[in-house]
Amino acid sequence: MEILLNSDKIADCTADLVKAICSQVKNGDKIAVVGIRSRGEILAKRLTELLSKKLKSEIPCGTLDITLYRDDLNDPHGSSQPFVRSTEIEFDINGKIIILVDDVLHTGRSTRAAMDALIDLGRPEAIRLAVLVERTGREFPIQSDFAGIKINLPAGKSVQVNFIESDGKDEVAIITD
Amino acid sequence: MKKKEFIWKHKHLIGLRELSREEIEHILDTAAGFEEISTRSVKKAPVLRGKVVVNLFFEDSTRTRTSFTLAANRLSADVVEFTKKSSSVSKGETLLDTAKNLEAMGIDIVVIRHSAGGAPKFLSRNINACVVNAGDGYCEHPTQGLLDVYTIRKMKHSLQGLKVAIVGDIAHSRVARSNIYALTKLGAEVILVGPPTLMPAKIEQLPVKVSYSLDDVIGQVDVINMLRIQFERMGANPFPSVKEYSHNFGLTVERMQKAKKDILVMHPGPINRGLEIESEVADGPNSVILQQVQNGLAVRMAVLFLVNQGAMVKK
Repeated sequence: MEILLNSDKIADCTADLVKAICSQVKNGDKIAVVGIRSRGEILAKRLTELLSKKLKSEIPCGTLDITLYRDDLNDPHGSSQPFVRSTEIEFDINGKIIILVDDVLHTGRSTRAAMDALIDLGRPEAIRLAVLVERTGREFPIQSDFAGIKINLPAGKSVQVNFIESDGKDEVAIITD
Repeated sequence: MKKKEFIWKHKHLIGLRELSREEIEHILDTAAGFEEISTRSVKKAPVLRGKVVVNLFFEDSTRTRTSFTLAANRLSADVVEFTKKSSSVSKGETLLDTAKNLEAMGIDIVVIRHSAGGAPKFLSRNINACVVNAGDGYCEHPTQGLLDVYTIRKMKHSLQGLKVAIVGDIAHSRVARSNIYALTKLGAEVILVGPPTLMPAKIEQLPVKVSYSLDDVIGQVDVINMLRIQFERMGANPFPSVKEYSHNFGLTVERMQKAKKDILVMHPGPINRGLEIESEVADGPNSVILQQVQNGLAVRMAVLFLVNQGAMVKK
């Protein structure tokens, strides 16, 4: 196991993400943040707090459960099974600029599922993707708009993101599958 | 926030009797995730896209059938409706032949209601498709039991230690049976209330208490589930008159005054207004009868999703 980011670096990356979002998205009043369960949800909440301070307005934040939109639901499975949880987006996404948040961008399949799930809730003006870690290994033509850190990682290695809220510590590690 | 590690292994839902507490809770937890679909602009998710669900109903139904159809539709499945009257069953085709023929057309899930207890189990042993019991004889009506406990859990947060009265025609009620299994497995205490003629045989084998007086029970329970008097299933008169039944076992405004302030009043429908329950009570502030119907949709979506997942588990 190799530590990629410690808690200070995670905080720096998060601050960088906020800076980048504010400089590139001009219509601050249209911004809404949506995190993908479960680590994306935590990062989304952190980003929303920082964005709200910076833009001096209450930025709406919601959580997306993409289980129902996964493309492997009808694949035979053995040791694990998808568990459906609720999508909690209390605001109207129509006309919003959605900052879609996930912890890691890898194959792009989660992002695809998340976009389909979002579109079933309405028609946002735009969807922008923000991730803490962007790694190599895309299987779909998808890229991030905002990434905390970009790394080259061969197949067989995984990025494991731990957050205080869910795991008791802030740490990003690289592990061998 | 910990990821739930639980594998749902069943490709059929025949009854709640054979399910564990953990399995029942998994269905309820899954159902909670499906509630949100019904609130969106696009009330659909691509969960069962390309799958075919057959509603094989050999008995009449409004709520259950519509609920299953809508649940399957919201999961993007194609639904084939089958009724006894407009099918070859009226020409004498057997249940198995009917099902085998439907299966030959490539169906994935059969939702079956049948007057014969055990029909869904029989079917599940003889066809490859997933089988979901929508009511069989006097045996079980698992999705009704599930939506009832789901409704109670939602309103009271937990079933542990709750007292639940099931009142009325217990003998002819598959709803009562599925409720008893689900409620007791989730830690509730069940009191069956009704005239002795409407109590099932071998009741002492069930983990329940029995009372023949609603007035004795009404003050102590947290939930009261009023069953419908099923005239269509009764032979000889089980009670002297409807008026007398209503007097002894009907949930009236007067009786409600003796009940706990936050009692939940439930009914699986269809209601005989003025018989087992007075209209003012059925439509009153303690009634969750329509929430039951609403929750039924999420529960049935969860069940269809899970049996399909169960069919994917590698053996």
